[in-house]
Amino acid sequence: MTAPGPRSEQLRALFDPRGVVVAGASSHPGKFGFVALHNILSQGYRGEVYATNREGGTILGVESVSSIDDLPAGAAVDMVFVCTPAAANLELLAACARRGITAAFITSAGYGESGAAGREAERELVARATELGIVIAGPNGQGVISTPSQLCAQIVAPCPPPGRIGVASQSGNFVSSFQNYAVQTGIGISRAVSAGNAAMVGVPDYLDFFAHDPETTVGLAYVEGIRDGRAFFDRMRTITPQQPLVLLKGGATAGGERAAASHTGALASDDRVFDGMCHQAGITRADNVEEAFEAAASFATQPLPHGPRVAVVTTAGGWGVVTADAITRSSNLQLAELSDDLRAAIDAKLPPRWSRSNPIDLAGGETRDTIPELLELVARDDGVDSIVYLGLGIQSNQAQLMKDGRYYPGDGLERIVAYHERQDERFARAAAEISDATGKPILTATELAIAAPENPGPRTVRETGRLCYAASNRAVTALGHLRRYAQWLERRA
Amino acid sequence: MGPTAVGANVDPPMATLSEVRSSRLLAEYGVPVLPQRTAPTAGDAVVAAAELGFPVVVKLCGDAIAHKTERGLVRLNLPDERAVHHAAGELLDLARADDVDVELLVAPMVRGTRELIAGVHTDEQFGRCVMLGFGGILAEAIADVSFRLIPLEPIDAEEMIEDLRTQRLLGPFRGEPAVDRAALVATLLGLSELATAEPDVVSVDVNPLIVVDGRPVAVDALVEMSS
Repeated sequence: MTAPGPRSEQLRALFDPRGVVVAGASSHPGKFGFVALHNILSQGYRGEVYATNREGGTILGVESVSSIDDLPAGAAVDMVFVCTPAAANLELLAACARRGITAAFITSAGYGESGAAGREAERELVARATELGIVIAGPNGQGVISTPSQLCAQIVAPCPPPGRIGVASQSGNFVSSFQNYAVQTGIGISRAVSAGNAAMVGVPDYLDFFAHDPETTVGLAYVEGIRDGRAFFDRMRTITPQQPLVLLKGGATAGGERAAASHTGALASDDRVFDGMCHQAGITRADNVEEAFEAAASFATQPLPHGPRVAVVTTAGGWGVVTADAITRSSNLQLAELSDDLRAAIDAKLPPRWSRSNPIDLAGGETRDTIPELLELVARDDGVDSIVYLGLGIQSNQAQLMKDGRYYPGDGLERIVAYHERQDERFARAAAEISDATGKPILTATELAIAAPENPGPRTVRETGRLCYAASNRAVTALGHLRRYAQWLERRA
Repeated sequence: MGPTAVGANVDPPMATLSEVRSSRLLAEYGVPVLPQRTAPTAGDAVVAAAELGFPVVVKLCGDAIAHKTERGLVRLNLPDERAVHHAAGELLDLARADDVDVELLVAPMVRGTRELIAGVHTDEQFGRCVMLGFGGILAEAIADVSFRLIPLEPIDAEEMIEDLRTQRLLGPFRGEPAVDRAALVATLLGLSELATAEPDVVSVDVNPLIVVDGRPVAVDALVEMSS
């Protein structure tokens, strides 16, 4: 049973409360009631923080009160983070309503996930909350993150850097996975929420909120069971024209198992219908968690490509060839044909051994300014819609070997190390600036993003707020997702 | 949403329409079907064949007959009146008591290297959807298919066609012209309109949808209704 959808001001109270009270805060560092309070405090939440504990006492410097009714008179609290046992929660909600609290994140288990009695308890919880005008996230969820408020109200790690991705998940652990990728890549998150049992607020409700949230530019969701597929489809179609939406789906459902009399039915496994539904609704469907995060990170940090034509700019041949293969295999991207004008312009910058076709392989012919100049030339060309740039960080990688070797400092090594590091920083910045200036995606890919994340190349890519793709095929996959969504929008404009 | 909406697994009783009635229903919604004639007797079948032009196909058809091919009730590529008369007589002899009302169906024999499959399917989660795929005897093994929920917009139909992996089969192929995408789009939109306007239609199976000179034609069709 899904109650009427939450009002957006109720969800605002969940994500950007003026103050939070942790109900059932614990002095034991192994308990959720401690961890929640710890994470809220240690991550520097901007609002007021209170705690309830039956015995009272000070926890992490917060003077707890024995019940919500004992909160100080002037306390401005919009959200309660509930770590109390399920049996205590109906009374708790009533007390919260008396104090004007309008949002509750409920971590407590013992609800719909645990048999008939739990389902009944969940129904009562929702009924009571609805009566009281309180919106409930969870129960049985891991928490909520909101970086604009520096709110890290969750019972798990990590706390992601701020950014533009809004995460909603039926599985709390996938929220953690996406947050770990955010920490690793530097591509941050605006809001993240574990829907838990989704008794009152489901993943579609959160995605709807994100679509109207100025802090969020892309939704990223993990779903398993969908209660009403048709309603889900109709809802998603209202979101995707406003904001890209990346979906990872787990599990096959029981549907489609009925032996079908028709061939059409036999070919209609759930997944194919689901896939078609995603295409129709403009949903970006990813095959795995990494692809889902990288697609969302790309939507959050790159402009949309206005066409399918991709240029590959590479300092080494093999990488370009493999990337060209990936582009050719992609169903909606193609290798850009170099115009005579562009070829002549590149001729003026490089010795004649360059590839003279796409991939644009510099073949080691570049000098100090070649890469920024070339990226600019290619990005400004009318026959190119996006660029994949390969080879960033190689020289700094050698510089690192010099820094680590026994001849450093000395033998002129400091100068060359500093030069290489400066150059890679410059190239990474040029890629971002030229992309901003031309409105065309420029995706930088190198395994150094993972192998040597502090290499000045990938490090500077992160500093520009962009994703440094760990492999060119991953950049191509992400670009394919951007192009598919852009085309979906163009065709329905 | 009520608790029985998913997984209730109560199969409603179904009824299939005969091929003749199925084809007529498809034609009403603009799905291209072969011109075909029904004939109660072998003699009538010969007259019908002469009107349509040889070669022809003759089938035994009835509301209770869902799987003609499996029962050997289809005779292909009949070149002249004699062959039609002979095949029609044999087919009428194959009718069983439980087939109830049967009749002969005569249609032109069309050839095309490429066979597609199209239809309407009722998904438990998403409701009714239109399907397109590559057909023929390997259809289920190849499983190159695409679905969209009804109602389809023209762009949805175009994108369904783009979704098929084996795009090369839609281009010029073995001396035959490229598949007429506009005609294929019209076929898919026809199926969508049919499903939208006929809520009792549970499934439509157009198999094969043969590409003849680049244009799709429904050669066999089976409509399943909830009754």
